[in-house]
Amino acid sequence: MAIDWYLVVSALIFCIGAGGVLVRRNPLVILLCLELMLNAANLALIAFARMHGNSDGQIFALIVLVVAACEVTVGLGLIVAIFRRRLPVDVDELRELQG
Amino acid sequence: MSAVIFFIAAIGAIAGAIGVVALRNPFYSVLALVGHLLALAALFLLLRAEFVAAAQVVVYAGAVMVLYLFVVSYVGGGARPLTPGGSSLRAVAGFAMLALFAELAIAVLGSGLKAISGDGAPYVSGFGSPAAIGEALLTKFLFPFEVASLLLLVAAVGAVVLARRRGGTTLEDEIRDSAHWITPRSLFSGTMAEAVGAIRPPAEQEPGQAATDETELGRPVATPAGRDEEVGW
Repeated sequence: MAIDWYLVVSALIFCIGAGGVLVRRNPLVILLCLELMLNAANLALIAFARMHGNSDGQIFALIVLVVAACEVTVGLGLIVAIFRRRLPVDVDELRELQG
Repeated sequence: MSAVIFFIAAIGAIAGAIGVVALRNPFYSVLALVGHLLALAALFLLLRAEFVAAAQVVVYAGAVMVLYLFVVSYVGGGARPLTPGGSSLRAVAGFAMLALFAELAIAVLGSGLKAISGDGAPYVSGFGSPAAIGEALLTKFLFPFEVASLLLLVAAVGAVVLARRRGGTTLEDEIRDSAHWITPRSLFSGTMAEAVGAIRPPAEQEPGQAATDETELGRPVATPAGRDEEVGW
């Protein structure tokens, strides 16, 4: 398959993820949609690595994987802390970071 | 043949992505994302990125998503009726994302770049293998590699700090003190507390007196107060 097919799939996944971040109210699902966007970027990176024949894009994608894992960890810790303090787990209600 | 696998994997990835956004139950959203990650790993394999595909399956789908499932099971996710602003936001977001996708597709397909219309550079044996990745990580990309491990350490410490319990404050969703380890019994069912006179059946009490005194055993088990916070759609 030509490389532009992969790029179009990547763009589609990115747009779906961005739409999910805008629309959903549960912060867990918003984090999941962020993961979708990161995965779309990974797909584009791997596609371009294949196009150039250079594995730099794959290294970049691995680092993006690491960053995504860290962000999920911290984000989930934040959500657990919010839940433990009995605040509503809803981004429309959580407008301030303190309290 | 590779075209067939490409279409199966691409449709699986897009279906997983739509499932993440559209499913109400966040547990199902996580499962949809796991399917999406597996389809994406198949796409990576088609692009000759074997190590990244394996890392994606083992680390991302296997570890990060399992962590996600634990947290979703703990926090839960109720369906909440949409606020009045919900459907217009959905329409605007849908239209904006459609416009963004159209613009990206036009940019990619109409760009006139010749290289992306082809299959890519000639395949060199060992491209995307763990040996090639490892050599690049330890020579050319040593600094990002070390910084990434530092980032992992910072994230792990941060998550522990965020989710810890402050010593001394009992949070009501974790009832751990010993009074609640005792199996609850109905009041005045002939327990030892009655026998020693710590609590008295209501027939012997004056109307104004409280039914129990300070000892815990006869007290009805405290239910977790008001776990009625709901999560949004």
